[in-house]
Formats: sequence, structure tokens, C-alpha cells
Amino acid sequence: MALVTTTKGDMDESLLEKREGTVDNDNETTSWVEYWLDEELVHRSAHVRLKKTVTLTSSVASF
Amino acid sequence: MANTQSMCTSFMSQLMLGEHQLGTATLVSRGSLTSPTTDTLKAALYLSSATMNASTTAYTAVNEVSGTGYTAGGVTVTNATAPTSTNASATAGVAFFTPSASIVYTTVTLATAFDAVLIYNSTQSDKAISVHTFGSQTITAGTFTLTMPANTTSAALIRLATT
Repeated sequence: MALVTTTKGDMDESLLEKREGTVDNDNETTSWVEYWLDEELVHRSAHVRLKKTVTLTSSVASF
Repeated sequence: MANTQSMCTSFMSQLMLGEHQLGTATLVSRGSLTSPTTDTLKAALYLSSATMNASTTAYTAVNEVSGTGYTAGGVTVTNATAPTSTNASATAGVAFFTPSASIVYTTVTLATAFDAVLIYNSTQSDKAISVHTFGSQTITAGTFTLTMPANTTSAALIRLATT
């Protein structure tokens, strides 16, 4: 029995409808999971894997 | 209003002034600063309606997310791995830094959409380091996890490069 943290307290996963999704692009890979109870969202978690770096390109002046 | 991913310009000059210390280091004497400690970095989340970008100079609570389980200012970033650098040639090289663990907001409810995280130096007056954006999210009685890219010359979260 797996318990899920919800807005109504911990609930048995078997009592809930599970919905999942993934987004993959140049910036990130994101996966999310939702649990619904009677058409009410009671849990949503997300996991973002950042792909894009921020870069400072340095330069020095010539005499 | 929109958030824009970028290195914060103020951070660039602060690096030159030695105002940040992202990892432990052993230095030739700088007066009493021969063995400075590592600064504490934090990560705060911002609403999609915020305007966090290269001109951001410091952490602000304005347009920061709020909700159950979230503390203003965000969470501490694990920075156990000090910045490092690699030379590719006599004229090109990269210094790079990536937090050494995922940034995790555990059991939170953030009902208003957010799409950016500000990494900032809480030891040094909350000075801004970088803004990173992602697809808009909400969290309901759940966990939001930001997993870092590989800490390499090409993929590290923050890179300073000469070309």
C-alpha cells in the first residue's frame, strides 16, 4: 500500500486517479504527477531537470 | 512582465571584487582572509508574473511564491563542490560551478504559477547570482525538485568562459 500526501492528508494511492506527463525541450526535461479524487486535484508534484547553462563570456582589452 | 534566464550582471562585477565565495579555498594571504569559509547560497522561486532577469541585483520577496510549506527566501543550495576551471587552449578556458545536489521544496502547496528560480548569496547581503527559468508550474501538497545539469565545462549551471 503506497501512501500519497494530499490536501486531505495521506491517502492510499489505490483510491486516487493518477495522471502523469513529461515535457522535454532544449531548456528542461520536466515530469509531473497528479492525483485526483472525484475530479478534485489533491496532489501535484513536479521534477525539473535544467539543461541550459548561463554563461559569461569574458574578454580583455588590448593596449 | 516575464522572467529571463541569465547571469546577473551585478554578479559579474562582484566576482571581480571578490564578494562571492562559492566554495572553500586555500589562499595566499589576503590579510586575515587566509582561509575564508564558503558562503551560503539559497534558491527562491518566483511567480510567472515576476521580472527576474540580468538586472536583478539581490533577492527580493516581491513576486516570490508563497504557500503552505514554503518559507520566504527559499531553500539552501548545497554547494559542496567548489568552482573549478579547465583550459582548452592558451586563449580559451572555462570556469564552472554547479550546486552539488538537487534543489528540493518538500511538501509545499504553491497555487499560483511560477517559472523561475533565483540563486543568490545569502551570506553576502542576498546578492543575486543567476536566474533560471522553466515551464510554468504549480504544486499541490507535493514536492518540487530542480535537478542540476552535469558539472562539466559544457553543461555546468554557471559558466565563465574565455574564447
